[in-house]
Amino acid sequence: MMKPATHLISQIQTRMLVLCGGLAILSAMAGVSAHAADEAEFSTGSNEVLIKEVNQLIRRSWDDNLIKPSEVADDTEWLRRVYLDVVGHIPPMEAVKEFVASKDPAKRSKIVDQLLDDPDYVRNWTTVWTNHSIGRGFRNRGDRDEVSRLGMDKFYREAFARNRPWNDVVKDIVTAEGNFEENGAVNFILAQMEMPDEGVQLTADFTRLFLGIQVQCTQCHDHPFNDWKQDQFWSYNSIFRQTAKDIQRKYDEDSGRMVVDFVEVTWRNVDQEEVFFERRNGEVRPAYPVFNSHKIDPAKHVDRRKEFGDLLQKDDDKMVAAAMVNRMWGHFFGYGFTKPVDDMGPHNPPSHPEVMELLTNSFVESGYDVKQLIRWIANTEAYNLTSKFGKENDIDNPAAGEIPLFSHMYVKAMEVEQLYDSLIIATNAHKSGSRNFDAAEQQRQRWLGEFITLFGDDENDSSTSFNGSIPQALMMMNGPLVTQATSLDRGSFLAEIASSPGSDVDKVKDIYLATLSRYPNGRELSNIAKLFRSSPNKALAYQDVLWALLNSNEFIVNH
Amino acid sequence: MTFPIPDGMGRRHFMRHMAAGATILPAMQFINHVKANAQTVRKNQKACILLWMSGGPPTIDIWDLKPGSKNGGEFQPISTKGDMQISEHMSKTAGVMDELSIVRSMSTREADHGRGRYFMHTSYVPNPTVIHPTFGSVVSHELASSRKELEIPSFVSVSGSSMGPGYLGMTHAPFMVQSNGQIRNAGQSNETGRLGQRLAMLGEIESNFINSNRGEFPKAHKEVYQKAVNLMTSDQMRAFEVAQEPDQIKQMYGVGGGGAGMGMGANRFGEGCLLARRLVESGVPFVEVDMGGWDLHNDVFNTLRDQRLPQLDTAMSALVADLKMRGLLEHTTIVWMGEFGRTPRINQNVGRDHWAASWSAVVGGGGLKGGQAIGATDKDGIGIEGQSYVPGNIWASVAHALGIPLDTVHTSKRGRPMKIANGQPPIAELIG
Repeated sequence: MMKPATHLISQIQTRMLVLCGGLAILSAMAGVSAHAADEAEFSTGSNEVLIKEVNQLIRRSWDDNLIKPSEVADDTEWLRRVYLDVVGHIPPMEAVKEFVASKDPAKRSKIVDQLLDDPDYVRNWTTVWTNHSIGRGFRNRGDRDEVSRLGMDKFYREAFARNRPWNDVVKDIVTAEGNFEENGAVNFILAQMEMPDEGVQLTADFTRLFLGIQVQCTQCHDHPFNDWKQDQFWSYNSIFRQTAKDIQRKYDEDSGRMVVDFVEVTWRNVDQEEVFFERRNGEVRPAYPVFNSHKIDPAKHVDRRKEFGDLLQKDDDKMVAAAMVNRMWGHFFGYGFTKPVDDMGPHNPPSHPEVMELLTNSFVESGYDVKQLIRWIANTEAYNLTSKFGKENDIDNPAAGEIPLFSHMYVKAMEVEQLYDSLIIATNAHKSGSRNFDAAEQQRQRWLGEFITLFGDDENDSSTSFNGSIPQALMMMNGPLVTQATSLDRGSFLAEIASSPGSDVDKVKDIYLATLSRYPNGRELSNIAKLFRSSPNKALAYQDVLWALLNSNEFIVNH
Repeated sequence: MTFPIPDGMGRRHFMRHMAAGATILPAMQFINHVKANAQTVRKNQKACILLWMSGGPPTIDIWDLKPGSKNGGEFQPISTKGDMQISEHMSKTAGVMDELSIVRSMSTREADHGRGRYFMHTSYVPNPTVIHPTFGSVVSHELASSRKELEIPSFVSVSGSSMGPGYLGMTHAPFMVQSNGQIRNAGQSNETGRLGQRLAMLGEIESNFINSNRGEFPKAHKEVYQKAVNLMTSDQMRAFEVAQEPDQIKQMYGVGGGGAGMGMGANRFGEGCLLARRLVESGVPFVEVDMGGWDLHNDVFNTLRDQRLPQLDTAMSALVADLKMRGLLEHTTIVWMGEFGRTPRINQNVGRDHWAASWSAVVGGGGLKGGQAIGATDKDGIGIEGQSYVPGNIWASVAHALGIPLDTVHTSKRGRPMKIANGQPPIAELIG
């Protein structure tokens, strides 16, 4: 525990800290990085000034709260984490070996750049945002589906492949019209219009996802915890009232039924300029289209979503930027600057207002460059710390309800797609036993669907609490994917390991690298040796090791 | 892979395999109830069975007939052992209506399948701020803690997808099973020796990670695996083996004798009800059994007469009689309902459309008073006369029967207090 006088020291620069020094402070520095305390700063090799500023601000919060940060994560821990966060799957075994062996002091910043250019970056973020926008359903275009997952994917894929400015993307979403496969952006709107509700769901989800605010409480009453009044919800809602959904059906000869041919979002005139809502005391009041202090002309012929889209693109109040910054920080750390990331407002101030402001302004200045935002976050010192923590920073435990201080990484559950893709990467499960690429792909889609049914339906919006169920465990233990992944058939991962040269120890190391992305320690090796001795044949022992690794908490956790 | 749990995977068998190797101690971490004779679950515990009629059944043709009205349709009412009359095509159920009451004045406003389903299962209208738990999850949450010996899940959904546990968390999600008792990915008995080896290895890796001090999460993972292994190796899994029932019981439910396979046209709903009885007998506090095909916009009378009602009648009457015979009925509440009723007016396709303004649900067993018609509709089946009811009233009555205090409050993820059954009072005539 630091001495009480240190609260004064937090005002002074890092250098002074060293000079005023004491053993406690030196050891804190040592805990932070292997370099000398003075130029201190841990670095991934990136020289961006912004990153240094963010690091300093976060360090200050550690000092202010009298905690010491955990150590820098070792290479294997960090590589696995950054792969999962940026491209959505664990690193292939060879990538781990190469990274660990590299002596380049800038290797971490280079990996970040490399991953941002990887095709899986596009794939991962398309999945993330399509899930945010329309959930995980609508996978097999059914007869009744009024949302096209294909269309939504197409829209986001293009946005991320071209690294389109985020404010442009948001504008496209809010102003979207047309056929759901031709203008994929409309699918966000369609997914929120499934039940007829005068645009209530659309209002609530749009503002939450893209503005980072939760106004749905004010649908029925003034916000319980802040100054927002009930008309705010209805002002937003009035913007969406000109949105209509048009379903075109056709006769399907095979089933003898009318099925959905395509769906369109169209514009329709409102009946009157205002939207009426009822106060709890029964009084009826009007609301007009307003976004913050910007009034939108309520005349019936004016296209409100278009006006709103222009305002969002200009983003004078930087709400669009702030919402993305907070959400992105939350993606990488498990917690944003507010809990939850999409409930910002006077009632829920950010934990690190200066960091938030710095990143938001920089994001705006960069032209809403999403890749750049990720680059900044992944290169911060905080992102490079281990997830282990102890007495010196045990108050930094947001899972237990505390405010996050980012003095260690927080463990996150893998998203279902990450789990799935990681299982495939680790073991090439879809390839073993299959000679045909198409058949393998189909198999993959089938398994993914099953996984999503079991894993992806959790309404839990926080990925940092494990909320697993027995069917998930049963699927991991006995299900077809893991069974195939641990198969000994020709062409399988295990068959290749078994037939490759090298000692048993080498092979076990490879299995660890492929799954947990790290080398086994001495104790683990000796336990496995015991297992081998008590097993009737070696191949079965390898299978058991792989099975256990794939089912372990360490595998399924992004730490 | 879907395999029914064969005898081989029972606890004793598993233990014998384990004892053979040096793997016994680490693997023990995964098996809580390590007793050769596992403690049996106490008998006669309270339970609820929800018979869910997916699609919105035309209750005006089943429970609240209007002969003489232009809306009356093709069926005639018959007398029952209770104080009311029901459809002539429910003659077997007529013989058990002294145990069941009909709530004829349901009035629920949600005539959309998704919204109605949500409302009837959770007692709350859909709301963007929160996902409410289905009542089965509520029961699981409230009663499971007092049934520590129960190794199988405390909320089972047969043949359907039910609704989710919302803010109560995945532990109380419905456990899905088909009507023949098959559970996905339950494992194979010839693997027990290997399972022991694997669990030993798994135990090591999990402990290692837990001890590296990264918070509670890794521990929670291990706990779920413990439960799953308990499930896989539990003797209580026999409850799912519907095929083991004597032929004569199976026939009572309309299920073909001999073997677990069911052919086309066989009474899957009946099989599901039989499974529900077995589960309740084994201590599961909430079972939901789905029956689909009720969205009768066309050809309602033929479909009811030839397909739906015979299956429903056989299964429902068998369930009540079977529970009664075994002394389980006084502890088991039965609820029958769909997402809404259907229009009194018969449409141009000889069907009825969605109608939530006035319809019937059926409730009985569990110590609730049967044999009555509660609430009423007018002579044309359109308006309600007297008191109307919403799903919260039904679930509050069930909570009362199950001994769950009505002032129980849960907290949503936003910190909002949520009363069970949306704070509605139970139906007075049911609780007597």
